[in-house]
Amino acid sequence: MRLLSKLLSTLLPIFAVCLLSFGSFANTPTESQDQLTELMTQLPTTKLKQMPALITAIAETKAPEVRSIFTTLMNGDLYYVKSGKTIVKAQKNLSKNYDVSNILTGESLGEMKKNKIKKIRTNNALRGKMRGLLAQIDLTDANEDIRLQAVKQLLDKPNTASITALATLVNTEKDEDVKELMHVALSVNSLKTGMITEQLGAIENLKGSLEPSVRNMMIKKLDDLTQQLAQQGTVKTADQAALAKALTLAIDKIDERRNIFEIIENLFFGLSLGSVFLLAAIGLTITFGVMGVINMAHGEMMMLGAYTTYVIQQAFPGLIEYSLLMAIPAAFLVSGLVGVLIERGVIRHLKGRPLETLLATFGISLILQQLVRTIFSPLNRQVSSPEWMSGSLEINPVFALTYNRLYIIIFSLMVFFALMLILKKTSLGLHVRAVSQDRDMARALSIKSNWVDAITFGLGSGIAGVAGVVLSQLTNVGPNLGQAYIIDSFLVVVFGGVGNLWGTLVAAMSLGTINKFLEPLTGSVLANIIVLVGLVLFIQKRPKGLFPQKGRSAD
Amino acid sequence: MSTFIQSPFGQKIQKLSSLHFVIGCLLISTLYATVCNLAFTEGSFLHVSDYTISLFGKYLCYALLALAVDLVWGYCGILSLGHGAFFALGGYAMGMYLMRQIGDRGVYGNPDLPDFMVFLNWSEMPWYWAGSDNILWMVAMVFIGPGLLAYVFGNLAFRSRVSGVYLSIMTQAVTYALMLAFFRNEMGFGGNNGLTDFKEIFGLSLQNPSTKLVLFVATSVALCIGYIISHYIVSSKMGRVVTAIRDAESRTRFVGFKTEHYKVWIFVVSAMLAGVAGALYVPQVGIINPGEFSPLNSIEMVIWVAIGGRGTLYGAIIGAVLVSYAKTRFTAIMPEAWLFALGGLFVLSTLLLPKGIAGMLPASWAKGSEKENDGIEPSDNYENKRSESNNISNPAEAK
Repeated sequence: MRLLSKLLSTLLPIFAVCLLSFGSFANTPTESQDQLTELMTQLPTTKLKQMPALITAIAETKAPEVRSIFTTLMNGDLYYVKSGKTIVKAQKNLSKNYDVSNILTGESLGEMKKNKIKKIRTNNALRGKMRGLLAQIDLTDANEDIRLQAVKQLLDKPNTASITALATLVNTEKDEDVKELMHVALSVNSLKTGMITEQLGAIENLKGSLEPSVRNMMIKKLDDLTQQLAQQGTVKTADQAALAKALTLAIDKIDERRNIFEIIENLFFGLSLGSVFLLAAIGLTITFGVMGVINMAHGEMMMLGAYTTYVIQQAFPGLIEYSLLMAIPAAFLVSGLVGVLIERGVIRHLKGRPLETLLATFGISLILQQLVRTIFSPLNRQVSSPEWMSGSLEINPVFALTYNRLYIIIFSLMVFFALMLILKKTSLGLHVRAVSQDRDMARALSIKSNWVDAITFGLGSGIAGVAGVVLSQLTNVGPNLGQAYIIDSFLVVVFGGVGNLWGTLVAAMSLGTINKFLEPLTGSVLANIIVLVGLVLFIQKRPKGLFPQKGRSAD
Repeated sequence: MSTFIQSPFGQKIQKLSSLHFVIGCLLISTLYATVCNLAFTEGSFLHVSDYTISLFGKYLCYALLALAVDLVWGYCGILSLGHGAFFALGGYAMGMYLMRQIGDRGVYGNPDLPDFMVFLNWSEMPWYWAGSDNILWMVAMVFIGPGLLAYVFGNLAFRSRVSGVYLSIMTQAVTYALMLAFFRNEMGFGGNNGLTDFKEIFGLSLQNPSTKLVLFVATSVALCIGYIISHYIVSSKMGRVVTAIRDAESRTRFVGFKTEHYKVWIFVVSAMLAGVAGALYVPQVGIINPGEFSPLNSIEMVIWVAIGGRGTLYGAIIGAVLVSYAKTRFTAIMPEAWLFALGGLFVLSTLLLPKGIAGMLPASWAKGSEKENDGIEPSDNYENKRSESNNISNPAEAK
């Protein structure tokens, strides 16, 4: 999941570049178009020696087709048809002939034999030149994202021509981000090629940069320096000493900043895991806290919610973008109704026998699992993510917030506060709290405790269903979806203190964070075990959780 | 309660008769199966097949396990959802011994290391495998492994007075954590695949039908011994205190008993019984893997006891054998229906049969044979009644 979104985040800007260059296609002045066509006719006849001039001329037309022409030429796919001298892109197909299309118009010219076409020759020097020219075109593009991308590419694969261009462009650049990155690129260049004083200045400039290429560059430089020193013996010039010191300092500084962001990233992952725990456990807190009922079928309520999402996506295949928004109320209703049915049908008859309730609800969970297996098959079902859930918010080169995790955190907090509001501000909430504190007294005050029980159970189950919608975005939707989370959610509830919403919030978030911080040290399975054992020990110390209920209702 | 009214002589007679009846039934059916398996040839009406023998050998292991669960749940009110862990630990102790008996007959032919260690490129055995080729070590570990876990966990949990559903969830978390741990290759217990490919036990080939018969008889004897031990525990003075703890823990504590000591004690005994059941189970099925730790298994054990009738020792045995038999039949005829059936059993037995099958037996029989020894029915106790009428916002206190 994480890899995927990272991949997407890197691909998206490139995609955007392509789109934008398409967009500007229509607006190109016909003048440059004509110029380009004119220059292209010279391609077949030009000798390799005169090619650089021609290439530069082509680049200077600034026509949008230049990019595709250059890339095709660099890949060695640019040909011309012997009769008529049309410049074409040709690629070998399976039948050893060539699929040919006009490079300027993109129009397909069908299949051709090898002897009908001839390759336009190129060499490495030419390729380098084209790369530089392309970068320059991008660097002067009107769109700042394209400019930013161009500078980034330059950072990874610098070439002299572009750097010189960059040095002049940096003064006219208006966008702050692009300008900063340009400075970084220039500094990297002077670190590589400049005099000692320039190098020291560059190191000073690059001290806080998080670009991975900057760090790599510095480490390489330091390695070179130590090798040099090893070769020339113990004699160390003052310059080299200063350089080595500056480099070590700068690398340390960069590593320090990277570590900080790594911690922040772990925290973010931990909070997002915690919010999944929160969603899964919060329904349980209500049923457990108010009714004293351990609902082992809670996980299956989540599973029902996830399957509801799946069904909605199948029912409205054209509305994937909105399917999650539709699934949330639907899942709430489905799981909530099943919850009310369970309460009325089974749990009501087991009042005051929590252990039996535990067993009965476990039986229900088995039945629900098998039901789903029979209806939807035991295989996992594919639930697709809408476009707006993918991608990430890039804060800096080493730290990005993925949108799906971000939304999950926000959504779980929304659910939490909505529930809080229901319990604190509505008359239903008042009744629920009254029953949870003193059932007999509440009944004496004409609160229908049976009705409250049913509604409470429905509410708790409904929220589990909503959690299922979220889970459908994170894991596989299958019959065992609920089981994977049920033990964790119980532990969250017990850890936080039964019936305490704030306790659940704190417990969920801290468990999620602890898990994510342990993971890099121990691996995820061992982290899981450590957390479980730690919790078991914690419960020995504080059997009523972090925030036990106080006062008369506690006994 | 009526113990006190009856004459000591009559009480003794009844005690003996109940015990003798169950033991008698067990031994006679074992003898019958053995004789019919050996004396009659295949095809004969009276023949008991090798398959049936190994099947019932398995069931009897389950019965011993159910006895262990019943001892803590039925008599002490501790609903353990982690007895599978004790069962599996006993099984692993036996598995290690059997693994060492393979010697150089494994796939890799390494005389010193079990196959999975060779596969993982380990050069030597982890320290805890030392001595595992010794029978005495194995027998000791079958008791020490589960017993130690129960002792440590029980001490921690009961001392801080964790009880009720909290305790159940804790036990479940422990077995879940153990399952995750045993799934890791680094644990040194064969990881995902567990321990398998056993060749022989005490020099007898495990492929041989007569070995299966011996194991079946051994399991039956173990069950009898387990039953006798459990019977004496629950009818001893200690057992009375344990029952009192189940019915009204606070009162028992106020009277002056150290309730946590009794609970730890009965928990450890029960864990050891479960460990023995596991150790007998492994050679009969030929494999032990981390799946045995799964929470679902542990809950299934509880349902055996619930259906058989908790609080009665013979009920646990009846429940284990009946439910396991039903499972075998169901999974053979229509596999997908088994979970429906099991789930339905959970719901129906808790709703309609709170006392299990034992509760359906003729009242006079149950009264005559069991009531004196096995105490009051669990649902009839004081604290339950109170919590029914009281608010149950705090499930930890309600039993």
